[in-house]
Amino acid sequence: MDLLVGQLFTGLSTGSILLLAALGLSLTYGQMGVINMAHGEFIMAGCYTAYVVQQAVGDAGASLLIALPVGFLVGGAMGLVLETLLIRRLYHRPLDTLLVTFGVGLILQQVARDVFGAPAVNVAVPEALRGGVDLLGVTVPKTRLFIMALAVVSVAAVTLVLRFTPAGRRIRAVVGNRDLAETAGISSRRVDAGTFFIGSGLAGVAGVALTLIGSTSPTTGQSYLVDAFLVVVAGGMGRIKGAVVAAVALGALQAVFETYSTASLAKVGVFLVIVVFLQLRPQGLFTLRTRSLA
Amino acid sequence: MPLRLKLKARDLARTLAATAAITGLVATAACGTRAGEETAATESCVDTSGDTVKVGSLNSLSGTMAISETTVRDAIALAVKEINAAGGVQGKTVEIVAEDGASEPTVFAEKAEKLIREDCVAAVFGGWTSASRKAMLPVFEDNDSLLYYPVQYEGLEASENIFYTGATTNQQIIPALDYLAETGVESIYLVGSDYVFPRTANAIINAYAEAHGIEVLGEDYVTLGSTEFSTIVNQVKSAGADAVFNTLNGDSNVAFFREYANVGLTAEDMPVMSVSIAEEEVGGIGVENIEGQLAAWNYYQTVDSPANTAFVEAFKAEYGADRVTSDPMEAAYTSVYLWAATVEKAGSFAVADVQAAADGVSFESPEGTVVIDGDTHHVTKTARIGEIRADGLLYTVWESEGPIEPDPFLEGYDWAAGLGDTE
Repeated sequence: MDLLVGQLFTGLSTGSILLLAALGLSLTYGQMGVINMAHGEFIMAGCYTAYVVQQAVGDAGASLLIALPVGFLVGGAMGLVLETLLIRRLYHRPLDTLLVTFGVGLILQQVARDVFGAPAVNVAVPEALRGGVDLLGVTVPKTRLFIMALAVVSVAAVTLVLRFTPAGRRIRAVVGNRDLAETAGISSRRVDAGTFFIGSGLAGVAGVALTLIGSTSPTTGQSYLVDAFLVVVAGGMGRIKGAVVAAVALGALQAVFETYSTASLAKVGVFLVIVVFLQLRPQGLFTLRTRSLA
Repeated sequence: MPLRLKLKARDLARTLAATAAITGLVATAACGTRAGEETAATESCVDTSGDTVKVGSLNSLSGTMAISETTVRDAIALAVKEINAAGGVQGKTVEIVAEDGASEPTVFAEKAEKLIREDCVAAVFGGWTSASRKAMLPVFEDNDSLLYYPVQYEGLEASENIFYTGATTNQQIIPALDYLAETGVESIYLVGSDYVFPRTANAIINAYAEAHGIEVLGEDYVTLGSTEFSTIVNQVKSAGADAVFNTLNGDSNVAFFREYANVGLTAEDMPVMSVSIAEEEVGGIGVENIEGQLAAWNYYQTVDSPANTAFVEAFKAEYGADRVTSDPMEAAYTSVYLWAATVEKAGSFAVADVQAAADGVSFESPEGTVVIDGDTHHVTKTARIGEIRADGLLYTVWESEGPIEPDPFLEGYDWAAGLGDTE
């Protein structure tokens, strides 16, 4: 019993990592419908931001706090450039967007390799986050608690922005019905750019946080990309709520499967569940109800 | 639905499935042409009439494996440079044709074909993953050319057209188990990446454990590149084994060792024996997370010998003082010298002459004397257990009594009977 409770907690922590990686994607893919295969490389850019800031600042604790907002800006800026130069021109050609962003992702990986070298670099974990806390029979590393907290804060921030700020209202209006929003005087072009900035910025933040548990190498982003898409697809397009529930559910599923088999088999199990689930409910957990006819 | 949400979840899944299917088709097609059409060995086009002789250097310079393989390329280039400075091979200057395997086995096969047929190289040095070696093997056999493969691997192979200068299992994994048994380890936990090397290694470890009364408390695999280790590490911790045997590869090691340190496990209470962590990898993991843990290789930068001192000095002079040397780099460096020595002994660059002359060719390498075994095309190697210290380097804490004869099919071990047939 203890083990199961412990595993559920592990699932929660795995889920929060998934959520953090997927949150930005739930904006750019979920809300805007852009399949951005370079999302993983934005996460990787966040990882290297954490590394560069740590080299400059020295103290691991302070550098983490500085790197989080800087990572948001770096990821966001990269997203903005990508949106303006390429994605904007391909909005009605989703498959072309997929291929183009995949190519951009490969280029970014090679750039990282040329700038920082092929071997992984080490981002030191702040003293305060080393070690673990015993909870219900399992030791939960403090880094994971920090990531959970960061995931909660990020979701809250995105929700607040979408719900209560004028910019958020405009985003929701464009997602709900683009033509009507434009008729009402909203520049959908600027809204798109803004949404993409926030979504990519969140990938940068995720990257900074993920240096606490994973590696920082040119291919780091790839390992999170598929999981992030799974979360958004299973959660349902256009709903942050869906991403949250799906991330936690997938995390818990993975953890429980893993307890009774091996990690790679657990992954197969999770994929099977998702395939069956999408057959039954292709629109995902939650859907956006709109009045548009499309 | 808003205008842009043209692609729904199912469509995306379909697209991804289609992409995967196409990739698969391309891969199979590549295999088909590679193994099929050119069965008749073509006349070698190697031209040794001039003052130079060409060799190929085939390593992943892009993709996931670039992290490791670029270092091997550097080591090969250094050896060639030194050989040329000393007068070349058979009086000819060695010229490198470098190609990028791009971390894709099919690309390795393609580029190997190109090196042999278009560049007419006398031999090729490189390859890292077993998948890349398996993809290249038929190319070298069909074209009757030579590959020097410098990485430790899972054994159970001996091709006439490949020289294996890295360790086979009885020169790395079995000595590591001997060491653990000697230090009183009675139970182990196995953690590895899910592909051929860890699976084969663990089959050997299980057989060894059964024969030597060591209990295997668990065996876990993660997909390559996975960074999710909380469940595994908690299971390792509650299993309470005396040691962990780690066959994880690449970036997964970073996440594993961070998680391991974070739940309070240390090298004192549960040491981890790794077979894929060398000097290059320690930096990325962070030495504070891995200090005191063990590794099994044949060479460390700290090996104390005149040949190694010269190698490390030359390498740092060529590529920078902050660079480190590791086992696969040393094996690649050695492989070039072994090829040169074999050619000198044979008095010819022809593949058949090199194969015939190979048995007994030796080289005073940084790891010690290595000798080519003509039957298996492997080399004798000294096994060394290293401990990772605070400076990020590995230091030998145990070494075998002299070089170990290669035994890729484990024929000399009774308990391993049957393992060789599993492939």
